Amino acid sequence: MKIMTAGLAGLAISAAAAGSAAAAGSVCLITKDATNPFFVKMAEGAFAKSAELGVELRSFAGRFDGDHETQVAAIETCIASDVDGILLVASDTAAITSSVQMARDAGLLVIALDTPLDPIGAADMTFATDNFQAGVLIGEWAARTMGDTSDARIGLLNINVSQPTVGVLRNQGFLTGFGVDIGDPNRWGDEDDPRIVGHELSNGNAEGGREGMENLLAIAPTINLVYTINEPAAAGAYEALRSFGRQDDVMIVSVDGGCPGVEDVAAGVIGATAQQYPLQMAALGVEAVADYAATGELPAPTEGKDFFDTGVGLVTDAPVEGMEQLSVEEGLAICWG
Amino acid sequence: MQDTSEKKEAAPSTPEAVASFVGGRTGLIAKVTNTIYNMPAIVPLFVLTLAVAIFGILLGDSFLSPFALTLILQQVAIIGIVAMAQSLVILTAGIDLSVGAVMILSSVVMGKFSVDLGLPQEVAVACGLLCGLICGLISGFLVAVVKLPPFIVTLGMWQIVLATVFLYSGSEVIRSQTIAAEAPLLQFFGKTISIAGANFTYGVIFLLLLVAGLTYVLGQTAWGRHVYAVGDDPGAAELAGVNVRKTLISVYALAGLICAFAGWVLIGRIGSISPQSGQFANIESITAVVIGGISLFGGRGSVAGTLFGALIVGVFTLGLRLLGLDVQWTYLLIGALIILAVGVDQRIRKASV
Repeated sequence: MKIMTAGLAGLAISAAAAGSAAAAGSVCLITKDATNPFFVKMAEGAFAKSAELGVELRSFAGRFDGDHETQVAAIETCIASDVDGILLVASDTAAITSSVQMARDAGLLVIALDTPLDPIGAADMTFATDNFQAGVLIGEWAARTMGDTSDARIGLLNINVSQPTVGVLRNQGFLTGFGVDIGDPNRWGDEDDPRIVGHELSNGNAEGGREGMENLLAIAPTINLVYTINEPAAAGAYEALRSFGRQDDVMIVSVDGGCPGVEDVAAGVIGATAQQYPLQMAALGVEAVADYAATGELPAPTEGKDFFDTGVGLVTDAPVEGMEQLSVEEGLAICWG
Repeated sequence: MQDTSEKKEAAPSTPEAVASFVGGRTGLIAKVTNTIYNMPAIVPLFVLTLAVAIFGILLGDSFLSPFALTLILQQVAIIGIVAMAQSLVILTAGIDLSVGAVMILSSVVMGKFSVDLGLPQEVAVACGLLCGLICGLISGFLVAVVKLPPFIVTLGMWQIVLATVFLYSGSEVIRSQTIAAEAPLLQFFGKTISIAGANFTYGVIFLLLLVAGLTYVLGQTAWGRHVYAVGDDPGAAELAGVNVRKTLISVYALAGLICAFAGWVLIGRIGSISPQSGQFANIESITAVVIGGISLFGGRGSVAGTLFGALIVGVFTLGLRLLGLDVQWTYLLIGALIILAVGVDQRIRKASV
């Protein structure tokens, strides 16, 4: 029954094909859900690129973030329909690996987009943002903006208790960039720097951001710097600060670079945000599968890293010296969502 | 025995006593069960008081401050309002899984109509409220007239409404600053009244007024008594002259309208309008209702209990966070409370037969 529902849902969610009859290869895109603007944009990038290259594209998505079963059903469908490759944003990075192995055994190229699998080598290649580096950029920016960081009172708004790798990397990157000893790099929450006053959860959305910020303020009203996992959480945190009249005393930094987020940088809600490029991830993925279909060649990682780095930009309207930064206008020109 | 018969004889002598429960047994346990049966909100109120007292002792001023206590009210306002809608439906022995989705659809309609279509903000708000009312009317019609099970109807409604939200909004967020500039009325419920460190948002005040209003309507009007009667035994209610169909449709419609108001309050709280909001509102509202002592089998309980149920969740969540405990402890305790609450309900139900 479970397999049937998952299969039906997989079918019901867009299984569209683009490109001409003389397709130069075929590819499946499987994202976590079809509603998050990040994945909506990723699918747009994939469709645009596949139309350009004449690659046949099928797009699948889980029903919600965390829907592992629908993703497995989608991989099975892709193997059955004999495509050349799969671009996968895994909901469960460790559990999906056996299905991924099945696809690779069947001769499909599997590229993990945005989220590395666990272990990272379970996929043929990973096209992703360097999330640690994204965190480092906003951490450095915050430290340089503050100057003397000894008075910093830091609140951290992460995603959720399961500590997904993306969230851990951003959090640890931020603390590293700011000059805090992170303890175990694979977990947030074990740091003992007195400047950190609390960790809260936001679920990566505005409601959670608001509630998390309220809790942080209840724990320590003196907070003056807030790291947020993404911009919706930052916008929620700002609403909480605004309701207590604290919005001008607290600096908020974030990661993602969605268009509403960049506009929030312009509006002074967010001090700086690290921008990701989901369109680029998907477009490069489609290209890689097309190459693989034509020549059998596997994509190579970025030098010195175990994945292909799709880049990250720091967007701020208050630039600091000694860092590469994008203005709000530049950020808006290449934002997603 | 003597004592019991006296009670039975005494029961009809006052108008209040006619509807009250007089058990066949006596003693302390029976007295307690009777009290709980007649005042279903008393158990959650007791749990709430106990929880506040324990966290107060453990945390002192950081928890018992006006700031923290009113913060809990703010944090439960949305779920509290949605849980009022859920309470009405559950009182009729139904369930509404679409409450969160209807809330979001209403907020998206308000935002899109005012910001994208450029309609006057008052009209946009009215359209959002109407939208919730229509969703409720459809569910009510399917339950009352087509006679489909409420679980199935609202399960379908949930998916249809949520899909509509994503299709209509394109998954796009309307930013707080845009709303503030173009349709500030949408953020009305986010305004705050501060009194000596206590912060009351208009959303919180709306919730409290809603509880008071529903308590009055359910307890003092014919319609309110009909709601209880339909939930307790629709067949008997029909024979007694209650229009079961009309009552059910009106309950679902009112629930839809209340959800739409929750959508409006939600915009005030988070500033922006996001189709991703409120994903767990249906489960959270059912949690508040059940912990609040409303019977899932219909016909018994009070909306004041639901408010206490929502507050218990809020007190646990903030209290445990301030203690620095892992958030999983909150889920564990809430889960235990849900089971306990249903256990108490069953116990009283058995005793009252």
